[in-house]
Amino acid sequence: MTTTLTPPTPPEQKPGRVRRPKAARAGGTLHAGPIAYLILALFTIGSLFPLVWTAIAASRDNQRLAQNPPPFWFGSGLFDKLEIAWTDANLGEAFINTTFVAGVSAITIVILSTIAGFAFAKLRFKGRNAMMLIVIGTMMVPPQLSVIPLYMMVAKLDWSDQLQAVILPSLVSAFGVFFMRQYLIQALPDELIEAARVDGASSWRVIWHIVFPAARPAMAVLGMLMFVQTWNDFLWPFLVLTQNGNPTVQVAVAGLGRGYTPDQSLIMAGALLGTLPLLVVFAIFGKQIVGGIMQGAVKG
Amino acid sequence: MTTGHETAAAPPAKEGGAAPARPPAGPSDDERRRARLSRRWQRDVRWSPYAFVSPFFLLFLAFGLFPLIYTGWASLHAVELTAPTDMSWVGLRNYTRIFDDDFFWNAAKNTLTIGIISTVPQLLMAMGLAHILNYKLRASTFYRVAMLAPYATSIAAASLVFVLLFGRDYGMINWALNFVGIDNIDWQNDKWASQIAVSTIVIWRWTGYNALIYLAAMQAIPQDLYESAALDGANRWQQFFHVTLPSLRPTILFTVVVSTIGASQLFGEPLLFDANKGASGGAQHQFQTLGLYLYEQGWVNQHLGRASAIAWTMFLILIVIGIVNYVISRRLRASS
Repeated sequence: MTTTLTPPTPPEQKPGRVRRPKAARAGGTLHAGPIAYLILALFTIGSLFPLVWTAIAASRDNQRLAQNPPPFWFGSGLFDKLEIAWTDANLGEAFINTTFVAGVSAITIVILSTIAGFAFAKLRFKGRNAMMLIVIGTMMVPPQLSVIPLYMMVAKLDWSDQLQAVILPSLVSAFGVFFMRQYLIQALPDELIEAARVDGASSWRVIWHIVFPAARPAMAVLGMLMFVQTWNDFLWPFLVLTQNGNPTVQVAVAGLGRGYTPDQSLIMAGALLGTLPLLVVFAIFGKQIVGGIMQGAVKG
Repeated sequence: MTTGHETAAAPPAKEGGAAPARPPAGPSDDERRRARLSRRWQRDVRWSPYAFVSPFFLLFLAFGLFPLIYTGWASLHAVELTAPTDMSWVGLRNYTRIFDDDFFWNAAKNTLTIGIISTVPQLLMAMGLAHILNYKLRASTFYRVAMLAPYATSIAAASLVFVLLFGRDYGMINWALNFVGIDNIDWQNDKWASQIAVSTIVIWRWTGYNALIYLAAMQAIPQDLYESAALDGANRWQQFFHVTLPSLRPTILFTVVVSTIGASQLFGEPLLFDANKGASGGAQHQFQTLGLYLYEQGWVNQHLGRASAIAWTMFLILIVIGIVNYVISRRLRASS
């Protein structure tokens, strides 16, 4: 339920191919000097080091972790520890659960957001501006507010420890609606819709044959952002999935940290496993995700 | 898409429109079919927008608006976690109870200080990073992806790693500090140190993300502004202060609001920073945030009504912050 994503403004180009012509890059005419590279290198190390060190710590045993200086390089125990963490925290089940939850949420959000975003971007109807204001306003409501009644609802429906309790509240994304609206305003020419209309296409046909194809790049970016967000969601799954069974990865990993003599390297192995899938996604689609976030950023 | 097209696209199929040519037969099957299609078409144009936006609003009603109001309602009742459906009216007593509780004020203060020491450095660093990333760079995509990697890391994983890095006896951070002659710091138990440590997790996760947002806004600033500033003799710093910063004002304001909301809801990081103390946020509640306090009241002490009152108090505080932000931004706009 992280709400820290930003409302987007019109894309200049389709995401996935975000590469603006160098000359048009405002402020980008100055070449970076050595100090700039030094600062960037430091920040890059700072960003990546804790992740790398998670793997290093997971590969060492606890005696080694309780020594000075701390280990800076890999030991030999990484795969053993990963295996133990995998079975101890029941991560296999957790992975299936989380993939299912994040997948269903991401796909639903993308489809609903595209359809609603299209209506807000291209159709005229009464109350449109007021409704759009409500959509933007909902981005301001903190998730803590909804946690208590949702918990009561879940208790009443007897959904504790069931995945639908996690999925249903995560299907609303005001951000998604806004994101798709901003994209479609620019990416979808009015003439295309009008032409289809003249040919007698119904609204649903317009959506299926024109809007979805035109929105595909933005849908992919939104889908990835929402997948990352749902995968990493902590507060709500932590509250509803505690008793027994059906943990998400985050809940399972957090559970490893409890106990008075926690096995540190085991915790690190769990943390690594919980993050690894998303890091792989990032390594592959990082450029597109960066483009999507930048495209979604506020301009002017 | 304008409504003018309804008539342009629909054939002139009004009943009787073509009828005089064939008086005895009335409108032909074909014409009736067209009339029907046209009516359906108009209905479609008129109502389908509502159909398209309704899933969002239905879900929002169920999982956004209803909870908001219900939490307000529950905050006026005594409700226990064990029997969440049994509610008895207590008026504002939940609110007076939490306002009388020292731990509430402690949590509010911690939320504020952690919020400041996580948000301010984070946004300043993000701004500096964005400025550098806006230069012509080799491998610029690599830096952007690398800086965003923490965003892909979950709260749980990040918190647990930082617990180890901030370890008192064998943590890497204290080990590094020893080199510059600083003695071991008890990052979990010392008040300021623990708050700084929790903030570090937040800063680590969000700086790159905010840098990208600033970078996007910087790239939208027209180049001529810099050129004319350069012609007027402005150096790089002056260009940054007189061109870049003013152009970024709406973006800065936005990131401040979003970070403020994020900071006010801080939960996972302090919860896991001392997993054994859990909801109390450290042995002396030294880093218990309002989010943790809410969790402690509702799920540890099982007073859901009181937890609701905390939730609504947080909401009201956010509204006040929102209004203050709005007023400041209007002032700034008026003054420029």
